[in-house]
Amino acid sequence: MDFDLTEEQRLLKESIDRFAADNARDPAHAMAAGEGEALWNGFAELGLLALPFSEEDGGIGGGPVETMIVMEAIGRALITAPYLSTVVLGGGFLRLGGTEAQRAEFIPQVADGSLKMAFAQLERQSRFDLYDVATTARRDGGDFVIDGRKGVVLGGDEAGLLVVTARTAGNRRDHDGVTLFLVDANAEGVSRHGMPAQDGTRVAEIAFDGVRVPAERVLGEMDRGLPLAGHVVDVALAALCADSLGGMEELHRMTVDYLKQRQQFGVTIGSFQALQHRAADMLVAVEQARSMAIFAAMMAEEPEARERRPAMAAAKAQVNRSARLVGQEAVQLHGGIAMTWEYKAGHYFKRLTAAESLFGDTDHHLREVAEAGGLVEEI
Amino acid sequence: MDLRFTPEEIAFRDDLRRFFREKVPAEIRRKVAEGRHLDRDDIVTSQRILNAAGLATPNWPVAWGGKEWSPVQRYIFTEEMQRAAVPLPLQFNVFMVGPVIAAFGSEEQKQKFLPATANLDIWWCQGFSEPGAGSDLASLRTTAEKRNGNYVVSGQKAWTTLGQHADWIFCLVRTDREAKKQRGISFLLIDMKTPGITVRPVITIDGAHEVNEVFFDEVEVPAENLVGEENRGWDYAKFLLANERTGIARIGLSKQRLARAKRLSRETEAGGRTLWDDTDFRRRVAEIEVGLKALEITQMRVVANQRHRDADKPDPASSILKIKGSELQQATTELLLEVAGPYALPAPEHDRPEGWNEPAVSPDWADAAAPLYFNYRKVSIYGGSNEIQRNIIAKAFLGL
Repeated sequence: MDFDLTEEQRLLKESIDRFAADNARDPAHAMAAGEGEALWNGFAELGLLALPFSEEDGGIGGGPVETMIVMEAIGRALITAPYLSTVVLGGGFLRLGGTEAQRAEFIPQVADGSLKMAFAQLERQSRFDLYDVATTARRDGGDFVIDGRKGVVLGGDEAGLLVVTARTAGNRRDHDGVTLFLVDANAEGVSRHGMPAQDGTRVAEIAFDGVRVPAERVLGEMDRGLPLAGHVVDVALAALCADSLGGMEELHRMTVDYLKQRQQFGVTIGSFQALQHRAADMLVAVEQARSMAIFAAMMAEEPEARERRPAMAAAKAQVNRSARLVGQEAVQLHGGIAMTWEYKAGHYFKRLTAAESLFGDTDHHLREVAEAGGLVEEI
Repeated sequence: MDLRFTPEEIAFRDDLRRFFREKVPAEIRRKVAEGRHLDRDDIVTSQRILNAAGLATPNWPVAWGGKEWSPVQRYIFTEEMQRAAVPLPLQFNVFMVGPVIAAFGSEEQKQKFLPATANLDIWWCQGFSEPGAGSDLASLRTTAEKRNGNYVVSGQKAWTTLGQHADWIFCLVRTDREAKKQRGISFLLIDMKTPGITVRPVITIDGAHEVNEVFFDEVEVPAENLVGEENRGWDYAKFLLANERTGIARIGLSKQRLARAKRLSRETEAGGRTLWDDTDFRRRVAEIEVGLKALEITQMRVVANQRHRDADKPDPASSILKIKGSELQQATTELLLEVAGPYALPAPEHDRPEGWNEPAVSPDWADAAAPLYFNYRKVSIYGGSNEIQRNIIAKAFLGL
């Protein structure tokens, strides 16, 4: 039992924390042209885009703890670069499911910053069920032809390569019969409609109309794409937990600072016990979230889904709970200033709220924990 | 980072599991598992079994029967004991007065008290709270006046847990009325058989006799029963209260109760199915389990980081463990109450009126559910109420 970072992890943390602080986003002002690209190049130069890939694949060989360190810093600095969609999700699919040829083709491009990726899985009716897939892929000679629509694709409009879930067998809500495809985002028949999201990132609606994909772009097993997709989503959940943790830490710090500065009735408002107790409860929530973000990182690479799934669901449920409390309380304790676009607190609140609904909200994950029979072993 | 125990720690854990299961009588463990009150003999029997194996006082100095265990081993020990529903060694002896005497007592006091305290030949109770000194402990008013080489103690102590069984009481008393609140307090050991002491039971809402009032009317206490220096008692009390930081969350106990609630819900019919098949019920269980897992990891972080801790730096850990740990303990007793459902209503056998000779109406575990639930409202009040813990976090850690 050990919660210390290794020397390498400590150095990584120092450098990413510095980098993130230097590049902290000012959400009140839109990014200037080229700013996003410069930031992405910065990620590449630090080696962060190569982080989770094995050394044989040209990566650095970082694990989920390294990803946690990066995502916590990203969340703390409100950075909107598509690290989650490209490196964690896209990279996760390549390293956990890619053939040697697929890894050799795409990993170097992700690592050097020239290729962004996105995971196109959500559909209008699917909500949080990964297996609920109406998009179809039918065989046509040596190719597959994909038809369907995907929504709220994180980083979907700037990605060059999409991982797409499509049904190759069975009915819409069957667990079997879903296959994963690597699809060129600029292929004929792909039309993308990008838009800003509440947290300052970008999402896209993507239509696939008769999109031709060669058979060698099938990712993982035919008809049995779901276990792989589930594992990669779990890896992403761990990363999201860390992102939210970073945001909560900063929001709590800002709130306590504000309580010490803001004067009313001739005293700092932090001298009022009603507010002190709420700030204390925020800290309890942050620490509970930190514990579960760590737990998620420890469990993310567990190959046995029966072990991993309830743990990840529990982690997301706790982090969501904490995020809602910390976000709402931060706004309330700040008062009116946090309602303004100009002030940062409200943007942390929005990011935490957005993260809550990504890959399953609190209800969804609690249901998963309940259906698995819980976490406490029989005695 | 690694959440796993080492092979040595797992072997240590398995040995303890076996010991608790094989050596502590099943009847005593059943009472603990069901949340029933234990007799004096149950507690004494269990502690003497532990003491004979050198396991009653692992937190004491090695010279006095302690163990040189790592924080992780101590954590495993406490968890496993709670998981096996073994009664914890009497906390007043093992976690409170024992460590204080070992750290600040005279050589004579150590010889006289420590072995007997470990073996529960002496049963201690705690004389801290008073009717006017609860959360504001330092406002206590029981006085001890020096007269002819003795202290003469007068006043009243409140909430004296299991004082009806006690042979001795350790008290905070005011020895200097002029000094500032905390400065004039001393730590005194008093034989309960001394003339002038009256113990009066206080029955709590669960119908049990667990706590007492203790009255002191000109009680003469030999000066040699003062621990450490006069007027330094507050420091010793703070040492005592900081002594057991990580046991406070009682996660093993909550896990044991939760596992029990789950098992019983599978045996309980509801809506033509079992209660376990009810999605609302199962979701409530899931919510508690999520919070408990988070707290378990929080506790493991505290345990693992003890080796780095700077004792002078404020650390909100014990307050967080107290707040969340007590909330979760209460949540598990609430869950058991729900599982019992309408059969939680009939009072347990020992509470029925004289002359009642019908057999019990509830399943044998269900009649303990309501008293346990009522009794556990105490855990967010005692040991520094949860509101006091929030004050501590706000002031000492957040700097508000």
